[in-house]
Amino acid sequence: MNWRTIRTIAGKDIKEATQNKSVWLPILIVPLIFVVLMPVGMILAISSTGATEVNPLNDPDFALFMERMPQFLSNLINGLDSAQSGIVLLVGYLFAPFFLIMPLMFSTVIASESFAGERERKTVEALLYTPATDTELFLGKVLAALAPALLITWGGFLVYSVVVNVAAFSVMGRIWFPLPSWYPLILWVSPAISLLGIAVTVLISGKVQTFMGAYQSSGSLVLLVLALLAGQATGVLYLSVVSVIVIGLVLFLVDAVLMYYAIRTFNRDKLLASAG
Amino acid sequence: MESSIVVERLSHRFDDRFVLNELSYDVRQGEVFALLGPNGAGKTTSIRLLNGLYKPTEGKIRVFSKDPVTHGSQIRQETGVLTETSALYERLTARENLLFFGRLYGLTESLLLKRIDETMGFFALKTRENERVGTYSKGMKQRLALARAFLNHPRILFLDEPTASLDPESSLQVHELIESLSKNDDRIVFLCTHRLEEAERLADRIAILNNGKLLALGSLDELRRRFNPGLWVEIELLRPFGEQNTLENVRGVSKIQVEDSRLRVQVEEESVIPALVNELVLRKAEILRVSPQKVTLEEIYFKLQTEVREGAL
Repeated sequence: MNWRTIRTIAGKDIKEATQNKSVWLPILIVPLIFVVLMPVGMILAISSTGATEVNPLNDPDFALFMERMPQFLSNLINGLDSAQSGIVLLVGYLFAPFFLIMPLMFSTVIASESFAGERERKTVEALLYTPATDTELFLGKVLAALAPALLITWGGFLVYSVVVNVAAFSVMGRIWFPLPSWYPLILWVSPAISLLGIAVTVLISGKVQTFMGAYQSSGSLVLLVLALLAGQATGVLYLSVVSVIVIGLVLFLVDAVLMYYAIRTFNRDKLLASAG
Repeated sequence: MESSIVVERLSHRFDDRFVLNELSYDVRQGEVFALLGPNGAGKTTSIRLLNGLYKPTEGKIRVFSKDPVTHGSQIRQETGVLTETSALYERLTARENLLFFGRLYGLTESLLLKRIDETMGFFALKTRENERVGTYSKGMKQRLALARAFLNHPRILFLDEPTASLDPESSLQVHELIESLSKNDDRIVFLCTHRLEEAERLADRIAILNNGKLLALGSLDELRRRFNPGLWVEIELLRPFGEQNTLENVRGVSKIQVEDSRLRVQVEEESVIPALVNELVLRKAEILRVSPQKVTLEEIYFKLQTEVREGAL
């Protein structure tokens, strides 16, 4: 295994991806929404006196959630006033699954560009004639999708931590974020969900002919995150540290199975056959 | 000398369709070897098999005594391939394209930078090396693709339809570049083409394919001797010649055709021509012009393809 080859392939794919507007536009816009606009908007809405209906504590539909709230969650808001509790529950707890959209989306968009896009532009054949082995080509392309997805997610998490603490400081009076479950979410689940996005995209890329086709098909994985969000908001699932670690573990197991099949589809014979 | 490429009874099938059928040939170092055939004859498949991109259905391939299926990476280290479409990264600059491929060939950074400078100069791309390839003309892209194939100084340079989509000026440029690349005695240029004049101009030996079958193999002179024995010589005289029967006595003359003051004489080989001219001079014929009419590759090629259609081969 030649790591220089793997890094070279990853570097080229990342460079090419940054030159495709369909790739970098969502990478620019999505963090802006999830990392800055949504938390700041919510914190300002909750902390302003005239918008108490935004506070989940005042929402009658939220009553069931409050009633069934497990101990670890009640401990988080224990002793806090209504605005403080609202900020902790919304920005500190309920928004957490939104953060998983970023690694998923970035990994699938770059993987689509890297795997399906290369075939769409008919550049794959020249790549296959190089001494790089099938494994090196595969790992280079996986790295091209995984590294930026994780770096942007982790960078976004740092920015989110600063934004949330600064925006809520006048209400909270202290630095309170991140909450404990965010660490495994960002460090454990984000890589797992990125790999899931990549594995699914590789498998889909063997069937579709275009970057857009692969991206749109693998984009349906966002439903998983939305399910997590709905489960959490309705009280079906609570994202404690333990449950986050378990979710990550399950995802890694699924990743292992999907990657096994993805690697099997990624060989010169099949790539040329699907390239036509 | 042992051949660098050895192919024995090679067959390759996609589903139920044979794209190559019991092909056998060998290529020696220093040769320009052309695979000539219509589209779908199996030329691109041959390049892919020789580089280990496909596993052959049957038969044996050895490149530098190695099996491409098990030693594909090592073989590709020694080869360069000009693909049928230029297959360049159009969003990257020409220099970035070469840097990328050079690194995949394992060239050290200092050697790679030196090679890129040399190659860009040789292929006349230096002035636009930092522009995105998407802005290049077809001819420039083809030159850059050729530069990429040559970057690792391959011992075998595969060229798949190198001038298929080029205008005559660009084709001429590419031909001249290929000729200069093939001057190195230690390099095989393996040319796949459907352009007869290209094979005729560049190749030392030619293999003619049809539907994956090898119809003929040899140098152009060997093919001429085999498929169209004899050489026609056209002789233009000042006035009609009445003693054509005397020419039959010249050793090596096989056929004579007369049309007014023009004679067409078939001789066994070129060396018969002086004796023929000598006989005409002795017979007081006033010769205006003597033109040996060599059989072209085109004539041989179409003769073979017609024989295939008619079921003779």
